[in-house]
Amino acid sequence: MTQTEIPAPATREATLPRPAWKVLLIRPEAMTFVLLVLAVIAGSQLSEYFLDLSYILKSFTLSAEFAIVALVLTMVIIAGEIDLSPAANMALSACLFAYALDAGAPMPLAICIGLVAGVAMGAVNAALIIGMQLPSIIVTIGTLTLYRGLAQVIAGDKSIRVPDTFIGINDILLLGVPLPVLLFTLLSVVLGLVLATTVFGRQIYLIGTNEVAARHAGVRSQRIKMWLFLLMGLVSAIAGLMTASRLGSVRYDLGLGGELQMVLMAMLGGTYIFGGRGSILGTFLAAWLLVIVMTGMIVANWMPAYQLCVLGVLLIVSIIATNLIYSRTQR
Amino acid sequence: MTGWRHILLRREAGIAVMIVLFCLSVGAVKPQFLTLDSLRIILLLVPLIMIGAMGQMLVLLARHVDLSIGSMLGLTAMASGMMFRYMPEVWWPVGFLVSVGLGAVLGLFNGALVTVFRLPAIIVTLGTLNLYRGLTFIMSDAKQIDRQYVPSALKSMSVTSPIFGIPWIIFISFGVAILTYWFVMHTRIGRQIYALGSNPVAAPLRGISVTKVTLVVFAISGALSGLAGILYASRWGFVNPSNTGSGFELQVIAAVVIGGVSINGGVGTVAGTVLGVVLLGCVSAALPLLGIPGTTQSAIYGAVILLALMIDRLVRMQGMARSTRAAVP
Repeated sequence: MTQTEIPAPATREATLPRPAWKVLLIRPEAMTFVLLVLAVIAGSQLSEYFLDLSYILKSFTLSAEFAIVALVLTMVIIAGEIDLSPAANMALSACLFAYALDAGAPMPLAICIGLVAGVAMGAVNAALIIGMQLPSIIVTIGTLTLYRGLAQVIAGDKSIRVPDTFIGINDILLLGVPLPVLLFTLLSVVLGLVLATTVFGRQIYLIGTNEVAARHAGVRSQRIKMWLFLLMGLVSAIAGLMTASRLGSVRYDLGLGGELQMVLMAMLGGTYIFGGRGSILGTFLAAWLLVIVMTGMIVANWMPAYQLCVLGVLLIVSIIATNLIYSRTQR
Repeated sequence: MTGWRHILLRREAGIAVMIVLFCLSVGAVKPQFLTLDSLRIILLLVPLIMIGAMGQMLVLLARHVDLSIGSMLGLTAMASGMMFRYMPEVWWPVGFLVSVGLGAVLGLFNGALVTVFRLPAIIVTLGTLNLYRGLTFIMSDAKQIDRQYVPSALKSMSVTSPIFGIPWIIFISFGVAILTYWFVMHTRIGRQIYALGSNPVAAPLRGISVTKVTLVVFAISGALSGLAGILYASRWGFVNPSNTGSGFELQVIAAVVIGGVSINGGVGTVAGTVLGVVLLGCVSAALPLLGIPGTTQSAIYGAVILLALMIDRLVRMQGMARSTRAAVP
């Protein structure tokens, strides 16, 4: 029995740990924060409105619904999946809600119908993606079409008015902060803590980094993903009802094209499109950044078409930048 | 496996049977569905989707997806429309060159972003979908190109032709399908698309240039969207900055997925895609006849996409079960 000499595995030379400030600075959230500061400075040059906090808060209510959904979408993307259907989900759950009210249902029941419908739509996504193991990209393109189409079947081309008591969630101020903004901030804190500190949250990162390894490590990846898609459905329905309350009426094209803004918020916040990296803090900052940019474009009196172009370019640039940051720093 | 069973088990046979069954059952309720008139309606519904579907098929074969085709259709149609409006002295077939050329450039831009920066096509094309739509508004100053500006010779291409009075656009769309068949079956780069989509890791090891193939599929997808754009102007006689081509990508993806093109790349045929387009055309033509309002169309497309995906998945799982059983002696 001869023992052959096994050469010691080549070890990588130990590098000094990066100084704390460097670690902090190369995080994509730091970039988002820097951009946010720059946007505020640029905005304040444009108009003095930008230094008026209540004006910014008021502008934020226009995007708060999308921002709330973007928080959960961030978690979905970190888990390595994607969901393009939430905007259509918002429309369908809001249409069902308004239709139920129109048919004479009492308000609490109608709200329940809207929320249950949202969760059910999330469950359909989950069943197709997790149960049948289909790719989430194409499934949610299909459900996007289906949900928006069903909303069109229910509402037709008409807009359904909601009763006056339900209108105006964006006008309710708590300590000077509009309720949607407050909800968004609260949800950010809760989801941020869940993602960063709980076992459930860390498992989401693990799934996104390497699902096979996660499963071998005993992570119930399918169950966690299912919860994420159900949560996505619930949050989309809540966002749909909030939009209905803000607009005062419901049409099938409610939130049309909202998936761009949601994905954009997640990407701008440094969520890695291939999963495993990202944070709620990033999305939180990115939502504010996006609101300031969009408000700036409105104040500067740009055509909506230019805004569409800017959002499209921003999406591509942000994903290139995020990929670059991760590939330069975390190899 | 005997020859006829092999043919019957093919995906294309399944779609053909579905088309026949669908037409017969609609015909049983409304006999006027089985006439030459409704065949004409169906054939006029399919050309644009057919042309878009050929491009999308190539992109899906290479394991990507192109969501921006609707916006490319709109932008290229608008470019030609603007030419017709402001330069009426230009010979009208130049519009084909303008649309197809511009479409190829737009598609190339998508492809460059996907390959150079290694980004997922879904996010890139979601971005360019909005970018191109915005550019359409900016270019046209949000104004529609009305009927009187579109040359009547172009419009008549959708009405008739010297050959049995069958409109030119039908010939063009089937011509595109035949060319695509030749391209994917008989050219080197066409076969490389299948190789890349089947196994993106192995393909470069076999000497296939991933960059080149990716650029080519996106450029073709763009160029064909451009062709669909000029034919949109021909078919409908106007170009609107917000309506033209919006939602086109969903119809096309529905048609392609029914046609058996796998979203996992590498699997799909031109014949299947053509049949998928025709099936979708039959459904669209049958709806008004059956008294189903047009507002249901989007929901039906969505349901069709999901159904096709599920069928595809079930078929694949069965195939896997059969092959593993066969492997055991």
